Amino acid sequence: MTDDHQALALVLFSAFVAVTLAITTWAGRHRQGSAEEFYAGGRLFSPMENGFAISGDYMSAASFLGISGLIALHGYDGMLYSVGFLVAWLVVLFLVAELVRNCGRFTLADVVAARMRERPVRIAAGTSSVTVSVLYLVAQMVGAGSLVALLLGGTTEAARTWTVVGVGALMVVYVSLGGMRATTWIQIVKAVLLLGGTVTLTALVLVRFHGDVDRLLRTAAGRSGHGDAFLAPGLAYGGDWTSRFDFISLGLALVLGTAGLPHILSRFYTVPTARAARRSVVWSIGLIGGFYLMTIVLGFGAAALVGPDAVRSSNAAGNTAVPLLALDLGGGADSTGGTVLFAVVAAVAFATILAVVAGVTLASSASVAHDLYASLRRRNAKPRSEVAVARLAAVGIGAAAIGLGLLARDLNVAFLVGLAFAVAASANLPVLLYSLFWRGFTTRGAVWAVWGGLVPSVVLVLLSPVVSGSPQSLFPDVDFQYFPLQNPGLVSVPLGFLAGWLGTLTSPEAPDEAKHAETEVRSLTGAGAA
Amino acid sequence: METSPGSHHDAPYQDDPRYDDPWYDALASGWGEPAAVGAHESTLPPTRREPAGETCRTAADVYLEVQRSEAFQEVRSRYRRFVVPAGVAFFGWYVAYVVTATTAPTLMARPVAGAVNVGMVAGIGQFLTTFVLTWAYARHARLRRDRAALELRWDTQELTREARGGAS
Repeated sequence: MTDDHQALALVLFSAFVAVTLAITTWAGRHRQGSAEEFYAGGRLFSPMENGFAISGDYMSAASFLGISGLIALHGYDGMLYSVGFLVAWLVVLFLVAELVRNCGRFTLADVVAARMRERPVRIAAGTSSVTVSVLYLVAQMVGAGSLVALLLGGTTEAARTWTVVGVGALMVVYVSLGGMRATTWIQIVKAVLLLGGTVTLTALVLVRFHGDVDRLLRTAAGRSGHGDAFLAPGLAYGGDWTSRFDFISLGLALVLGTAGLPHILSRFYTVPTARAARRSVVWSIGLIGGFYLMTIVLGFGAAALVGPDAVRSSNAAGNTAVPLLALDLGGGADSTGGTVLFAVVAAVAFATILAVVAGVTLASSASVAHDLYASLRRRNAKPRSEVAVARLAAVGIGAAAIGLGLLARDLNVAFLVGLAFAVAASANLPVLLYSLFWRGFTTRGAVWAVWGGLVPSVVLVLLSPVVSGSPQSLFPDVDFQYFPLQNPGLVSVPLGFLAGWLGTLTSPEAPDEAKHAETEVRSLTGAGAA
Repeated sequence: METSPGSHHDAPYQDDPRYDDPWYDALASGWGEPAAVGAHESTLPPTRREPAGETCRTAADVYLEVQRSEAFQEVRSRYRRFVVPAGVAFFGWYVAYVVTATTAPTLMARPVAGAVNVGMVAGIGQFLTTFVLTWAYARHARLRRDRAALELRWDTQELTREARGGAS
């Protein structure tokens, strides 16, 4: 890309960083340092604000760049991601949002620990939350690295490294100084920018085809070289049965994982009531649904206007399809319009990464401080303020994510996100649903459910082709691949549910009727909600 | 609340922190295992325990009582009567969609109108059903559940406060 693109994109992105830092300072000024303020932003956001913030948290660079890219390369098979990412919200709306808001305070472990012996449950749920968050963070860091590689034209290693380090440092500043209030406003700003950019591009694509979707699809199919097969399932996942099962596995992880993502769950605590939590989910389903519909148009638009070959030659995984499409829609590589649009898209994508990273870091620092630290600290140790621990944890998690992000930089972004979803669906969702709905659930069941989902999902990833045994692996030179699927969801999600059930059956203690009554009454009525 | 003067309020709070703030204070005061009596010696002076047991309800009894009340059962069954069928429907529809896309791509490739095929229609259909179910759920909750749940909330909170006041 030319110097103009870079300069303009850098200016726009710097403006975003400046605005968000200003928000952070402003939010920090109003802070009283309480846990309520740091983790939940004072719990007084409106449903609309929280709806925008939720969609800001959810629409990651993987969605914006990754899904459109997959559609541009593989046609219909990429569209299945959009569907899974949206349908998942019904699980959140029906089973999780209101109930979690009613009977938790800050984290997932709060909900489970209310019924059980706290310490083992908090340690288990806290560990799994941090694991999910770190995986998710690594995906975003890798995305930031690839985006910069695109912006700066070549793959200069130093530039990529410094970008990952810079993103990590910025997010630590946002989170540790601004807490939930600053993070929420950053999400809102980012969601508006991202939706604005997507609407503009979608409108331009449709105008180019005079609103004729049929012609858009036909052009895309014709240009792909696959003909009508481009518009039907099977191009990417239709090969052998392994890849088909891989797809079903991914589909399961996507639809069940969202409800177990710690940074999504923690957003429900920023509104005053369960009703407000429900209304924020309704808002976010509207925004997210619209967004994913538009990514489908953008993906087919990129296939039709840029062409899969041009996309592939720019980035083999397709991550650059949308910026290239913007360049084309603006009038081509040498036009002012093209330059501006390209720079805007690049800056928006970067802002997206930064905001998502901040949200995830906040959620995981809450898990570290509120669940792990509070459970593990020595009995007589001087109780340090939990918020101070959370701030420190943000720094530590930032450092870990930077390190892993540098290690994993060659892995596909959307795919890494899929792994985070699989771990969330296996380790967090079973324990959450059991403790909300199963009268006979016990402490041992809860602990087994978490570890029984977390350990298999992580181990299966380690034994999968992602880590070793194929040329695209993290360690291509060694081979300890014993599990054929890239995404462990199909196996590990049922294992999580099974482990929780077995743990409860073999449990020596009787389930606590009164605690169950309390959880049920509180979750459905909101009595005594924080 | 009226029956319990402020001075009484603190005592049961320490007596059993779980009921006042089950998500936090138990951990803050000890090791988070309220069942282990040893950890709570300092906060459980035996003198405060004696008269409570027989005559007065504890907060735990209140929750059990509310759970068994007809009003609560009604709210719960309204919630379940919507969520269970709707949940089964959308999850089944989604799984069917994913499985069909991977096992029967030729069916999905059958053209419907112009370049649009069965797979496209099914994909857009997933979006539409999601929007419709969201709307239906929000409407159902607003009209059929919110008011009753709110009343139960105030009643329950009132009862737990009384229980706490009475327990001392």
